[in-house]
Amino acid sequence: MFDSADLLVNALIAGLLLGGFYTAVTVGISISFGILDIVNIAHPGFIIVGSYIAYIVNERFGLDPILVGLLALPAFYALGAFIYQIYYVSFEKRGQEALRGLAFFFGILFITEVVLIIVFGVDYRYVNAAYVDTTYNIGLAQLPMRMVVPCVVSLLMLAVLQLFVGRTFLGRAIMAVAQDQQALRLMAADPVKIKRVAFALSIATCSLAGACLIIIQPVDPSIGRDYIGRVFAICVLGGLGSLPGTLIGAMLLGLVESFTSTFFGPSWAPAVAFGLLLLTLAVRPAGLLGR
Amino acid sequence: MRTPIFLALAIAVAALVFWLTRTAGNDYLFFAGYTVLQFVVLATAWNILGGYCGYVNFGSAAFFALGAYTSVVFYKFVHDPRLCPDFWTSLTGQDCLLDLTASENEGLKDLLMTYLVPQSLPALMAVAAVISGLIGLGTGYLTLRLRGAFFAIATLALAVVLQTFVVNWSYVGGSRGAYVIRPNDIEILGFQFPYIQYLFLIMVMLAAISVAIARTIERSKLGYGFATIRDDELAAEASGVPTLKLKLIATTLSGALMGMAGAPFPYYIGYLEPASAFGLPYAVNSIAMPMIGGTTSWIGPLVGSVLLGTLQQVVTVTISSEMNLLLVGVLLVAFVIVAPKGLVGLVQPQLQKLRRKWTRPSSKSKDSASASAAS
Amino acid sequence: MDAPLLEVEGLGKRFGGFVALDGIDLNVAPGERVGLIGPNGSGKSTLVNCLCGTLANETGTVKFEGRGLNGLPAHSRTRLGLARSFQLPRPFASMTVADNLKVPLLYAVSSLERVPFSHARADERCAELLGLVGLVDCAHKYPRDLTQVDMRKLELARAMAAEPKLLIADEAMAGLSHSEVSDIVSLLIRLNEHGTTVILIEHIMRAVMHFSQRLVVLVSGRKIADGRPDEVIRDPEVERAYIGQ
Repeated sequence: MFDSADLLVNALIAGLLLGGFYTAVTVGISISFGILDIVNIAHPGFIIVGSYIAYIVNERFGLDPILVGLLALPAFYALGAFIYQIYYVSFEKRGQEALRGLAFFFGILFITEVVLIIVFGVDYRYVNAAYVDTTYNIGLAQLPMRMVVPCVVSLLMLAVLQLFVGRTFLGRAIMAVAQDQQALRLMAADPVKIKRVAFALSIATCSLAGACLIIIQPVDPSIGRDYIGRVFAICVLGGLGSLPGTLIGAMLLGLVESFTSTFFGPSWAPAVAFGLLLLTLAVRPAGLLGR
Repeated sequence: MRTPIFLALAIAVAALVFWLTRTAGNDYLFFAGYTVLQFVVLATAWNILGGYCGYVNFGSAAFFALGAYTSVVFYKFVHDPRLCPDFWTSLTGQDCLLDLTASENEGLKDLLMTYLVPQSLPALMAVAAVISGLIGLGTGYLTLRLRGAFFAIATLALAVVLQTFVVNWSYVGGSRGAYVIRPNDIEILGFQFPYIQYLFLIMVMLAAISVAIARTIERSKLGYGFATIRDDELAAEASGVPTLKLKLIATTLSGALMGMAGAPFPYYIGYLEPASAFGLPYAVNSIAMPMIGGTTSWIGPLVGSVLLGTLQQVVTVTISSEMNLLLVGVLLVAFVIVAPKGLVGLVQPQLQKLRRKWTRPSSKSKDSASASAAS
Repeated sequence: MDAPLLEVEGLGKRFGGFVALDGIDLNVAPGERVGLIGPNGSGKSTLVNCLCGTLANETGTVKFEGRGLNGLPAHSRTRLGLARSFQLPRPFASMTVADNLKVPLLYAVSSLERVPFSHARADERCAELLGLVGLVDCAHKYPRDLTQVDMRKLELARAMAAEPKLLIADEAMAGLSHSEVSDIVSLLIRLNEHGTTVILIEHIMRAVMHFSQRLVVLVSGRKIADGRPDEVIRDPEVERAYIGQ
């Protein structure tokens, strides 16, 4: 009995911590897919790139990965703006988003993975930070810092974004652009510029999310694919375009994955997210908090 | 050109290709050619759903691998005709659910092996077609009522889910993979062929049939329906097109063809493991080839797969397989941005100009005839 | 002549908190020419969408020839004989004008008649329709090469190609010249004389008044008038609705 309670409590905690981290991974897609209606399946690819950048700088200069993630934010933002510009000119303007847009992002996802393989090889990479190996014990609960820190950082990032969206003009314009571009134009705001900012923000989140990822687990170039399912599962579960919904969806997935891993074995983990996604799409595509 | 004639022509061309490759005398051509032909089938199959209907399938690998693992399952069963799953042992205490090696089951074994268990490649392909087709139907039924983007993501999810199942299924070798030993040669109609040539022949025939199917669909009522789904699904419904039913047909057919392409694969490669069977290169190639070739007609995937497939063989051998993959990715993105109608789209305007030049005299009289009929 | 062709009872549709349609009742007899007017945002297009199955209504029933349509997908309703043209033309961009018309012929008409598809018959019928709307010269053009006006004609022709019993024309005449409007109105009247019931949704009052035998007015999702055009026009509530805008 004691063993089970121990397992249960730790599965719960791991699930919540994981869920917190998954929020960081997904919030970008919440913006690009939920609000801008752009199916950026290359998103996880950028996260992995963020992880590798954190790895390289951490290895060469010993900087804390989270710090690296923050420092790399502007570069990711610029990259996002650049990619949106190409996407807009090539597809959105011509009205051919559907097929071509998907193929475009899929190609980018693939390219990032192959480039990472060419540059870094297929071995796992990990970071060294002071807290990675520390674990605090509170009663039955084990709190590994390598999970707590990313979780906290992720939730902070979510909070900042929520404030931005709720309190600033630009943030509210972004929410509005999904609903009424005409009204936005009348307010002398350029919808294209606003969408570009939003998309650039979504890619910027990958910088931090990637840093968090490599703290939690070692990465290799192909991990991005596992996250595609997770990210969209969370998005759909939480209802598209809702930041609080993302949190709930992420927590839910984190818990389900954690319990599956603990009681059925980790080799089933990838199927959980995707299976949950398929189920949600089949049964309630509007999500739990859906609009 | 009527369909039966085209089909006959396609099969004749396929036979010609086979014969030419035989006379070239280099075994490597068969191996390389098999891969290219496999891509012809995958690209053509993908295009039925992707190019004609506009629904992107990222999970080509899933359907392909399903076909491959179907072969593995039956291969394993034929070589060791016993079903001894763990859950049965824990449930009943008996070792096996079915043991055809036991002497008392000799008759049952003969019966099953002769009539039920597919052992020849064509039979395996037929079974693979059914299984992959059903999975396609199922996935479609679950997700095609939603937007195309959700369908695309669901197909990606499908590939991962199926891969996870296979990895956890020890009967087919799990993550360690399975070995399939191909026979040295095979006798058909009294002739001895090395097995690799047989595989090549099968694939070239499948390629010819796939292309013929794609062309037939394109010019049929079904093809019109598919095109309306791609152009404007809402308007299609308003015009009486049963969009869901047509999409399900496309998904099932596409999946079935991919499964058929996958069935001979274990015999070709000798060793099948989930990471490569479900690998991303299959997904990327089945998208890249039609998009580079051109998605609106059957010619595009054919051109795209032959050109890109051959190019890949060259690059993989001369540079590296990673560079090859990078090349495919870059070409895909480049074509999608710059030449969205693919190579066929680039060439088509020139062809149309030529065609108009040749047929103008007769079409002029036809137009005036119909104009007077209308007034 | 007794049983109504279209029976709408208590039709309701909301978008989140916004009530687009609030309990619409409407009966249309076979052979009628009904005009439907209302200020922008009054729910006209939503009504069309609900009738044709593009949107699902939340409350109320729609019956066509006595048969309940709730839950029936759009393509089935078209096959039953209920066709519509879209307010903003939605042509099939990858097909020629003639082929655009072939689609309803293939899917709405042929399947009903269970007559095997014949290219010759289809071409003949296409030519007929193109002649009716004045698009004969455009038969082999692609929608992207058409003028706005011709696209509207194509939109209407495509709806007509489905050989409907009830045709709903949703603002088919926007942007047309005076004579073109008259042409379309005459066309619709002719269509009606051949047996097609028509509901015309329009802002061009001249056309609506000329065309309609009966006028229905929709304001803020509610029907506020339904009767003879000359009487409805003089209804103070209708005046208020329009002048208030």
